[in-house]
Order: sequence, then structure tokens, then C-alpha cells
Amino acid sequence: MTDKLEIKQIKDEFPILQREIRPGIPIIYLDSTATSQKPYAVMQAMDEYYKKSNANIHRGIHFLAEESTAMYEKAREKISSFIHAKSVREVIFTRNTTESINLVAYSWGRKNLNAGDRIILTEMEHHSNLVPWHILAEEKGVILEFIPVTEDGLLDMMVYEQLLRHSPKLVSFSQMSNVLGTIAPAKSMIEMAHQSGALVLVDAAQSVPHFFVDVQDLDADFLAFSGHKMLGPTGIGVLYGKSKILEAMPPFLGGGDMIKKVYLSSFTPNEIPYKFEAGTPAIAEVIGLGVAVDFLNKIGMDEIAAHEFSLTEYAMQKMIGLKGIHILGPTDLELKGGVVSFALDYVHPHDVAQILDMDGIAVRAGHHCAMPLHQRFNLPATTRASFYIYNEKDDIDRLVLGLAKVEKMFG
Amino acid sequence: MDDLYRELIVERYKNPYYRGNLDPHDFSFEDENPLCGDQLRIDVRLDDQNRIVDARFSGHGCAISQASADLLLESVIGKDLDEVKKIGKQDILELLGIELGPVRLKCALLGLKVLKAGAYGLGESRDEWSEDPD
Repeated sequence: MTDKLEIKQIKDEFPILQREIRPGIPIIYLDSTATSQKPYAVMQAMDEYYKKSNANIHRGIHFLAEESTAMYEKAREKISSFIHAKSVREVIFTRNTTESINLVAYSWGRKNLNAGDRIILTEMEHHSNLVPWHILAEEKGVILEFIPVTEDGLLDMMVYEQLLRHSPKLVSFSQMSNVLGTIAPAKSMIEMAHQSGALVLVDAAQSVPHFFVDVQDLDADFLAFSGHKMLGPTGIGVLYGKSKILEAMPPFLGGGDMIKKVYLSSFTPNEIPYKFEAGTPAIAEVIGLGVAVDFLNKIGMDEIAAHEFSLTEYAMQKMIGLKGIHILGPTDLELKGGVVSFALDYVHPHDVAQILDMDGIAVRAGHHCAMPLHQRFNLPATTRASFYIYNEKDDIDRLVLGLAKVEKMFG
Repeated sequence: MDDLYRELIVERYKNPYYRGNLDPHDFSFEDENPLCGDQLRIDVRLDDQNRIVDARFSGHGCAISQASADLLLESVIGKDLDEVKKIGKQDILELLGIELGPVRLKCALLGLKVLKAGAYGLGESRDEWSEDPD
């Protein structure tokens, strides 16, 4: 694939999207916010790696070990330049966004936070950016504070300003909500936090897959994302951190690869990023993620963002007038990514998802790992349709037809 | 799959016979399915033989969980508590007249879990009560 890919040809690159889930019923995949589908290229790269190059990395002298190491580190370079990191040393491989955030909470948090220190989070966080801090709060007596979400799904910047006056140590927020689609004004939020002396962790699980994220331009101190939401395999995630901060942090997990020297009674930790990569990593998955990044680059992140914007706009037009519908999140679509979460006042989200499934339409129903946000909107659950590069307007037309069926049955 | 929303289920979801509260009641129990947030409360009134003379459910949830609770309560009027303790998964599926995968089965069995917790007079419900008795 040396040529630029057209959106129309993209669907052909995803074998799963050719599948009929029941005879005559093709899959309409509208659940990429949970996990994306994978193109042939990613699967082939992982398959090839195991067929031709498999060996453990970093300490081997033999041919395969050197080749594997080079492939692994090449992928790190690709990912590093994808998010515009200053150095490959700032890209740490983890299992997923959740582990990346836990790494920061465990290593940086335990070393630098004490009773009474404040951490600012938001009401729209995924559980993965809440629970690690709950655990830390319980252990260290750290105080958690929350930027509220307004009725139209935006972060309340007035309250944020007030919270910053109490000199928090850390601000940690999602760059794009997995429920509302809200795109947080990350750059200005980070600037404001830095002026108050706080470090910033950006949960980029929903942003990095969908638009260009430049860690240097943002000036983020930490940034976390998952491979599987950006065409890559499961089991691989990334923690970006500024090198100075990472160097001053104690190790996370102990074991092989993260050490320089080990004695019976002590050890000296390795340089970053290896200090945080204990044990044999997910080598094939790292290589797969590198190829996923190639795939995204070939299409172009701006192109992807524009495509998702047009799908979201189309979906909102088609859905806004449906009977009894309440669509969560910003009405200003410039502030919203490719996620449409909604409630229908006459039917439960699980029934909506089940009826849509009869027509092969895959949406998600539930609290989407954001229970506090649903409590905020007094909804036990919502139905969520989300879009990615392989979706087209026809998918949304089918969704709307499916919703007409739901209305006929329950409305 | 279309059978999942057979007329009986949609009808009993929209127009349940046993929705509401009973005050006074002899026992009441409330629980939820943490997976989906469905929440259900059942109030039961007994006669002096420990037979159920009336029962009502309240709360919110999907069509499967609500219709299932409604059909369950209809089926236990006149039964004593020992009989209630013997009701299992298969009985619920027969009431609903459908087959269910593991996720939706939890929805269907929420009512039974809540009723049995009340019948046993315990402060919590247990997953194994939705299994068929040995």
C-alpha cells in the first residue's frame, strides 16, 4: 500500500466486515469506540513475525533475536513519530490505556503524592481514569476533585479554574469522552494546569485513533492510549511521558529487561523506556501496532477526522428527530467526535441493541464504563453507535431503519 | 431471534399486571444487575400458611427482565414459600417461551433472584438461586 487509500476502498481491507453474521445479514459495525476492527495488514504482519522472526528481544546474539529486536524498536519509532514525541525513549509499551494510567498512579503517584494533595479529574472519565486514583486516594489520603460536565456535555471551565486555585499536583482527563464524544480543550487545559504547577495526564484512548495528537504541541506530561482502538491488536498500549519525569520515577513492575544490574540484595534499574517494560513484552502486538500506525498514516489523520465528522453530522441529522430520543453530548459538532450515545424514552438500551443485532448492527448498550457520567444525566444506561474509517453513510441509514423497527415494536 | 420479542414479552413489558408496590407487605427485597444497571424490587404479601396472596414488582430494566418479573409473580400467586424456593432457570424460560444467551439470561433471572432472596429472608441474593435445583 504505497498509494493513499480512498475511504471507499478501506472497507475491503477489513476481512471481518465482509462477514455475514447470519445468512444474508452482513455485519454493520458501529462499536469501534469499544474496539476497532483490524485490517489484513496488521494480521499479516503479526502472522509473518511468528512465522519468520520470532525470538525474544534485547539480549539475544543470534540472528532471529536481533531481527525481532529491530522490528520491535522500529515499531516504537513509528509510534513515537505518530504522536510527535521528542524521543523514542518517551514511548513505553504497556498492555492498554488502563495499565498506562495505573503505571502513573502507582509509580509517579506513590512517590510524589501525600495526604491532602489534590488531583483534578472530570465527571466524564472512563472507569480506567477513576479507579486507579480511587485506590491511590484510599492509600495515601489524596483528595480527588472533579470538573463537572454541563447539560450539553462540555467540561465546566469556570469550575476548572476554581479547582486549579488549590494547587493540585495532577490533572488527569480524557481528551475525548467515550460516551459524549466531547473533545476536551486539551491544550488550554494543560497550559492552565502548568500555570498552577500541576502535571497533566491525558487519557487519549479515544483521541489518538481518531485525530492527530501532538504530545509536544499539547505539552502533555503523560499521555495514554490503547492499540486495539486504532486498528491494532489487543494487549498492547502506550504510555507517553516526558523523559525528565519518567527518569525520576521509580520502576513499576520488577523483573527482566527493566534492570541494568541485579545483585542478590539489590538492583539498578534500566534506562527509560525499558525501566518500565519488565518481562518479555507483547512483541508481535507491538509490531502489529506499528503496522496499524502505517495504515492510519496512509489514509491521513486529518482525512480520518474529516470522514468521522461527516458521519457524525449525518447521524445527528437523521437521529435528532426520532421519537422520544435524547442524544447525549455537545450539539456543536466541532466539539464532538464520532460517537452518538442516546436514550429512547420508551425502551431500554439493551432491547434497542438486541433488536438492532437482528439486522446485523453492532452497537453497545450499557454504561460504557462511565457510571458516574450516566448518574450525572440520570440515565442507568444508553445505546451507543460509534464510527471509524471503515464506516459509511449507508451504515447509518441501516441504523436508522433498525431504530424505526424498535419504535414499531415498543414505541 | 425475532422470537425474543414475541408478543407476550413486549405486551407484558408495556402493560404489566403486577407492577407496583404493596404496603403493608410481609417481605420485600431489592437488587440490581450490576452489569446493566437493571434494578428490581419485589413486595410480597403472605397468608397464615406462608402462601403468596399478592406480589408486586417495581424498578427499571429491559423488556426481558421486566416481563420476566411480571410473569414470575403471576405464576407464584397461591404458592407457598417452599415451592418458590424450588423454582429454577428452566421454569423462567418456560414462562417466557424463549431461549436466551448467557447475557440476557441474567436479565430474565433477576426477578427470580430477588424473589428467592426475599423468600429465604436473607440480606443478599445469590446467583446460584437462579440455577435449576439439583
